[in-house]
Amino acid sequence: MQQHDSAVLKKIMATEADTSCTRRNGADGDRVFRWLTFSFAAAVLLILGLMIFEMTKESLPAITRFGWGFVTGSNWDAVQGDFASLPFLYGSIVSSILAILLATPLSVATALFITEVAPKRIGGMAASLIELLAAIPSVIYGLWGVLVMAPWLQQTVQPWFVEHLGFLPFFSGAPYGVSMMAGVLILAIMIIPIITAISREVLLAVPQSQREAAVALGATKWETIRMAVLPYGRSGVLGGVILGLGRAIGETMAVTMVIGNTPQISLSLLSPAYTMPSVIANEFAEATNALHSSALMEIGLMLLVVTLIINALARLLIWKVTKGHKGGTA
Amino acid sequence: MQNLHLRHFKSYTATALMLLATLIVLTPLCLIFIHILKMGFSSLSLDFFTQIPKPTGESGGGMANGLFGSALLILLASCLGLPIGVLGAVYLTEFGGGRLATAIRFSADVLAGIPSIITGMVAYTLLVLPMKGFSTLAGAVALSLIMIPIVLRTTEEQLKMVPGTLREASLALGVPLWRTSLKVILKSAGKGVVTGILLAIARVAGETAPLLFTALGNQFWSRKLTEPIAALPLQIFSFAIAPYEDWHKLAWAGALVLVVIMFGLNLGARLLGRQKKYS
Repeated sequence: MQQHDSAVLKKIMATEADTSCTRRNGADGDRVFRWLTFSFAAAVLLILGLMIFEMTKESLPAITRFGWGFVTGSNWDAVQGDFASLPFLYGSIVSSILAILLATPLSVATALFITEVAPKRIGGMAASLIELLAAIPSVIYGLWGVLVMAPWLQQTVQPWFVEHLGFLPFFSGAPYGVSMMAGVLILAIMIIPIITAISREVLLAVPQSQREAAVALGATKWETIRMAVLPYGRSGVLGGVILGLGRAIGETMAVTMVIGNTPQISLSLLSPAYTMPSVIANEFAEATNALHSSALMEIGLMLLVVTLIINALARLLIWKVTKGHKGGTA
Repeated sequence: MQNLHLRHFKSYTATALMLLATLIVLTPLCLIFIHILKMGFSSLSLDFFTQIPKPTGESGGGMANGLFGSALLILLASCLGLPIGVLGAVYLTEFGGGRLATAIRFSADVLAGIPSIITGMVAYTLLVLPMKGFSTLAGAVALSLIMIPIVLRTTEEQLKMVPGTLREASLALGVPLWRTSLKVILKSAGKGVVTGILLAIARVAGETAPLLFTALGNQFWSRKLTEPIAALPLQIFSFAIAPYEDWHKLAWAGALVLVVIMFGLNLGARLLGRQKKYS
């Protein structure tokens, strides 16, 4: 302790000593320092503004050409120069929502198990394992999805669905492997670590006194969770789920590799589909003409606006619970 | 009043369900991991690190150009993004009480959640269109746009943890604020700041989508910063969706290398972050 303090003091004195000649200009230096660091911090605002501006500017030709027809029509034909995006909107919305429905209960239950039930060491181990898995790049999920999961779905899972539930419109058609089902599964696998990590953070922020109060009243473990822990952390967990939704909608590589990339609107989970980021990833670099790239830009703009709203909402909810201390890490 | 047995039964059932959920969550994640290890090790060879991809149909080859390209892209992106992120965080710590600073924090958090493919499109309009070609530079800019908000927020969190007494002591000795901030505060938080930087690098090292139409990828070595360049994630992507068994093997090897790099960076960040800095 003593040593630590004296080391700091020495550091400060050394700094002081070689400042002596510039001390007169200290105030000027501080002013320059303030404006310089401000310009770096403001770069974030600039980047956000620039993104919205550039995307809008580049989408204008498509917006003026197609109007609302762009979101209601379903014909995507680069040769004829006719572009409408409904199949991509449908693919993005359906795949993300189904993935969220699949991932949320599993993630919240896992987070509860880690924070409330498991012994501290095991919980900690599971938590760091899940955090590590959240760091795996999406192209690797896609690689596994297309080379391992899709063939498995085609040979084992989907034939079963066709045989037993084929009378439902959701499971009609031939088993392709690459399909809406594969897209939903890979998305769910990818967002589970995100929702779990945030839910865990939120649950850890629930004051211990809440739990103690419930236990003192004779509540069982589950009653404690249901009456004391979950109500307190509800909005934070919801924030995590919405953040996961934002990630699912914007997820590009893994989905592109397994969803089949066919612009069609089909109720069947077995048929291939297409999402907004996927069509951008596949066609943007080789867009045939200005209108084609502008149409892709408009899809990008829609994606940007939707994810901006979703992320703003999620951050507000998470900030409310953790009081702004933890942000930007997920 | 409910029966006590029933209540306990409910509680045990809920606990069992939570355990089941945890196992369901961990299963696919472990499967992915096992596959990467198994397929990766069986296809990894020295050639992977020394050769560039062979033309279609020929077996063998490696991803040396992709490894080099990724390293170069990350280096350039760090040169662009790190100063902005770190110094921006210094601003938020020193002068960050106002509404503008809150807006900056909020924007950074929101920006961190924007799909990375959008970042690629923006870099495309800003650099690829005016320069009339895909380039290393455009790829690096796209990656740096992803790094900035992450570094900004993690660095600010670390700077906030430096005890206020250090700043007061320094200021009391007559050291100007800017020197205090850079030489005392930033230096004291050093390890934590490096942790954040490592995590940001780990994040962009695996990014594929923003490179698709900026760096584009390259089957060969790239000579200039204004030429398209190969990157490891891009090569994994294009080899995985190609219909050749040999290329799939290379993709698995690439995945293994990428995961090892990623876990290495994360582990390094964790170890650095764990050490206690202030008593």
